[in-house]
Amino acid sequence: MNDKNNDKSLLEEFQIAGNGLLDRRLFLKRGLQLSAISTLASSTALANDETSDAISSRQPWMNQPGKPFSLYGQPSAYEDRVVRFPTQNELVPGNGVSWTPLHLMEGTITPNGLHYERHHNGVPQIDPKQHKLLMHGLVKRDLFFSIDDLLRYPMQSKICFIECGGNSNAGWNKQPSRSEAGYFNGMASNSEWTGVPLSVLLDETGIKKQAKWIIAEGADAFAMQMSIPIEKAMDDAFLALYQNGERIRPENGYPLRLIVPGYEGVLNVKWLRRLKLSNRPIMARNETSKYTELLPSGKARQFTFFIEAKSLITSPSAHMLLSKPGYYQITGLAWSGRGKITKVEVSADAGASWAEAELQGPVLDRAFTRFRLPWHWNGNVAVLKSRATDETGYVQPERSELIKQRGRKGFFHYNAITNWQVDKDGFVSHVYDKQDNETPNTDISIDSGWD
Amino acid sequence: MLGHPASPEEVASWDSSVFPDGEGLPEGQGSVAEGEKIYQQQCQVCHGDNGLGQSADQLAGAQMALTSEYPEQTIGSYWPYATTVFDMVRRSMPMTAPGSLTDNEVYAVTAYLLYLNKLIDKDDVMNASSLPKVKMPNEAGFINIYEAERKTN
Repeated sequence: MNDKNNDKSLLEEFQIAGNGLLDRRLFLKRGLQLSAISTLASSTALANDETSDAISSRQPWMNQPGKPFSLYGQPSAYEDRVVRFPTQNELVPGNGVSWTPLHLMEGTITPNGLHYERHHNGVPQIDPKQHKLLMHGLVKRDLFFSIDDLLRYPMQSKICFIECGGNSNAGWNKQPSRSEAGYFNGMASNSEWTGVPLSVLLDETGIKKQAKWIIAEGADAFAMQMSIPIEKAMDDAFLALYQNGERIRPENGYPLRLIVPGYEGVLNVKWLRRLKLSNRPIMARNETSKYTELLPSGKARQFTFFIEAKSLITSPSAHMLLSKPGYYQITGLAWSGRGKITKVEVSADAGASWAEAELQGPVLDRAFTRFRLPWHWNGNVAVLKSRATDETGYVQPERSELIKQRGRKGFFHYNAITNWQVDKDGFVSHVYDKQDNETPNTDISIDSGWD
Repeated sequence: MLGHPASPEEVASWDSSVFPDGEGLPEGQGSVAEGEKIYQQQCQVCHGDNGLGQSADQLAGAQMALTSEYPEQTIGSYWPYATTVFDMVRRSMPMTAPGSLTDNEVYAVTAYLLYLNKLIDKDDVMNASSLPKVKMPNEAGFINIYEAERKTN
């Protein structure tokens, strides 16, 4: 069968939504016929491609011994563009963020060197022998724990995402961000964290009846503190010592990080040094002046801990190039701070019709969930969207709905659907829905608001 | 049971948290005039003249209301508690030398910032007794989403 006939028969048999979206089971049923998924490239990488000479049966690296063993493995030198993208304050370079390159990655686990960063005043270089955790306040016994102490407790692991409350906040701007997908949505990463349940240590200190909140403080130059409800602490919070099997990286909280699964990133306090039990929140700067969301009414949402369900197509996504019409895999990530992802739907016709994507198992509670769907691009303009639903029944909103509910000045907790438009040349860019387009752009970009 | 008892003195030296009612505020005091000098030396380079903002946040002088197209979220227009200013400055500021200000200096800078926001008078002195009494215009401006969700669930 030639390609054209094959395309036609597959489309007739398997198309389940507009503009070429195919049944998610197609990869399983007809995998071989789809072995020629068309080339998808970064538009910049494509320009650098050199035509290689005729390939001999033995490449040069087969004709000489390879390099010896290494103490700590590094990525291939050919993968040097798969890096975090930092944006920081010019005068205070330790104040800012670095984005995970989600658009250059696959699977669900974020390698430790690519986990996003948000620091308020740099990365402390902590000697674990000099670091202690103090638990005090409305406890029966004020106790210190050294890192060596904590390493002796029975541990648990949980694979979960951490997402900064300010992730994707360029979506509040009137004009679509021109960055690559990860570089405005990649303040979200997913790791296996391992450590000691907070409830175990609270059993040891004892809890006085009046205790309702735990104030957590970090040992960085910012000495950031945040208030966390004690029921969350007793439920599933834990003190992580390990990230993806190795001790936590300094930029992610070495030697000790509080993990509160599903809560926005700032509550997962890094470099944890102190937990104070209290009957009320401390009303720290980062739970009053920041990480609160101003509404059009002038009131602000406060203690908005949970990350609501969200999804993002990572490929194809902005700045990529579809080389020619044909078959492509649409893939991306979905996550929810409220539990498991139950469904991800994809549209290729700007939301007119939707097809359910395949979720890669295991689908885990409060963790990145990879979705995939085969798609036949016919060479015309197409607008791709993904929409996540979580186990509470919550459905990820369109941008216009979110803005209707919240206005555009809340800065935090942007979880709306992202659109990628494929133009006739195959170039992919970020667009808003037509009714959301506002010109001219008189707005002040909020990308820089990281203080 | 691997924890080690912490003495009251140790806890006191570690515990720097300041609550809205003033719990946790230290001894000492500071004036607006003293605070202005410290602000000019330590804060102005990032936060701008009179707290109007530069590379770092605008802290005072809000002209645009929180309901406007360009809301200005300053200490005076947005922050619900005056004690948060003291707590934040003492633990985090200045960014190049955090922890370097004395408690008296922190009280003084706090006083100056509250004065810039027209929340206290030029002659007022901030200390553990006066600071929690400063009335913040936006104290009632927040909706506690966590509590609201607990009630509905």
